[in-house]
Amino acid sequence: MSGEHSAHLGSYLDAATATPLHPAAKAALEVALDDGWADPRRLYREGRRARQLLDAARASIAASLGARPDEVSFTSSGTTAAHLGVLGALAAGRRSGRRLVTSAVEHSAVLAAAHLHEREGGAVDVIGVDVTGRVDADTFAAALRADTVLACLQTANHEVGTLQPLDRVAAACAAAGVPLLVDACASTGRLAPPPHWDVLTASARKWGGPAGVGVLAVRTGTRWRSVLPDEESEAGRFPGGAPVLLAVAAAAALEAVEADREREAARQSALVDRLRTEIPQLIPDVEVLGDPQARLPHIVAFSCLYVAGEALMTELDRAGYRVSSGSSCSSSALTPSHVLVAMGVLTHGNVRLGLHAGVTDADVAGFLDVLPPIVASLRERVGASDL
Amino acid sequence: MSLRLDCTGRLCPLPVLELARHIHEVAVGETVVVVSDDPAAASDIPAWCRLRGQEFVSAAGNDYVVRRVH
Repeated sequence: MSGEHSAHLGSYLDAATATPLHPAAKAALEVALDDGWADPRRLYREGRRARQLLDAARASIAASLGARPDEVSFTSSGTTAAHLGVLGALAAGRRSGRRLVTSAVEHSAVLAAAHLHEREGGAVDVIGVDVTGRVDADTFAAALRADTVLACLQTANHEVGTLQPLDRVAAACAAAGVPLLVDACASTGRLAPPPHWDVLTASARKWGGPAGVGVLAVRTGTRWRSVLPDEESEAGRFPGGAPVLLAVAAAAALEAVEADREREAARQSALVDRLRTEIPQLIPDVEVLGDPQARLPHIVAFSCLYVAGEALMTELDRAGYRVSSGSSCSSSALTPSHVLVAMGVLTHGNVRLGLHAGVTDADVAGFLDVLPPIVASLRERVGASDL
Repeated sequence: MSLRLDCTGRLCPLPVLELARHIHEVAVGETVVVVSDDPAAASDIPAWCRLRGQEFVSAAGNDYVVRRVH
């Protein structure tokens, strides 16, 4: 259901970057401000109060993720969770080998950790994807070798929405005795949590919690060793202590989102179906990306031939719609999205929409009204109308 | 004959636009070489060929070779 709180956010279509703060998060934060400010590691009354709030938040998020509370640590973002998750698993496996297997379309945080591992002498096997962005489970399984000490695979792709064959990859990893890190940032609160993982990462900002909360979960019995100086906090997984107030808000948001998940996912998925069907009918030479069925309920991406992604984002912004783009001109590094490159699809003219509870049928209809003339005028500007 | 389109220093989608503008200047079976130093060209030129039903022949350095097949 689209709540009143976010009705004015219907033209904000970048929930895959950050989802508008859920009202349950705001309410929980308000309460926590009075009781959760002290250091939860202190034993005096104020510290114990903060500790209770943190423990409750951890238990709630663990339940939502299908984990035990002591398996769940809070970090400062999904990115730090991914960095520490990858590097910690590699550090713990070092005696057995230094080989990492990852898909080519993981979040840049996972790939950045893999690159660091490679620079330090480790080996990285990158598994390519098909044109929908999906890895082949057999190819992934075949890359698991005797000295492979970690495999990384996302639940679903954060740029095009395609689901990965996690069950089959998890089975292959289990058979080979290779720990599997599952990046669940894109799917948490959108799909049921993945059942099989050894290390799991998530980000509260993606599910309607506040920015500043990442989740790093390590299954009991999984070998993992922190690469940061030893600390007691967060089970030794994240130094400096958890952001209590933000963790409380994040847990409240996830609980609320989970309670309404299936209905909301069905609603958003129908809107994505409409966008996927109508965009190519309304605009010539558009490639709608990702798997049409086996996909996240809220993400849709497409690329428009002969159009610069940055110009498209700017014009959509001017028309009131906030979107993101994987085109090179819209990245600070002037390189196209590694996901689009790995898929072998058009990287220019790219737009990604991320829907959320505040996006209505009327918002999607409005977007479908403004998009065709914007693309047409940008093509006309570069003399591409007749190509 | 082979047509050479120097798009050095021009960002995508301009190299792809140049290719689309000029591909019909060569006969069917002949090739166009797009020279581009934009990293996006490595994805976008083969993707354009796939969408347009033309043949992507090869990439070497900054040279992307496309054969007109229709």
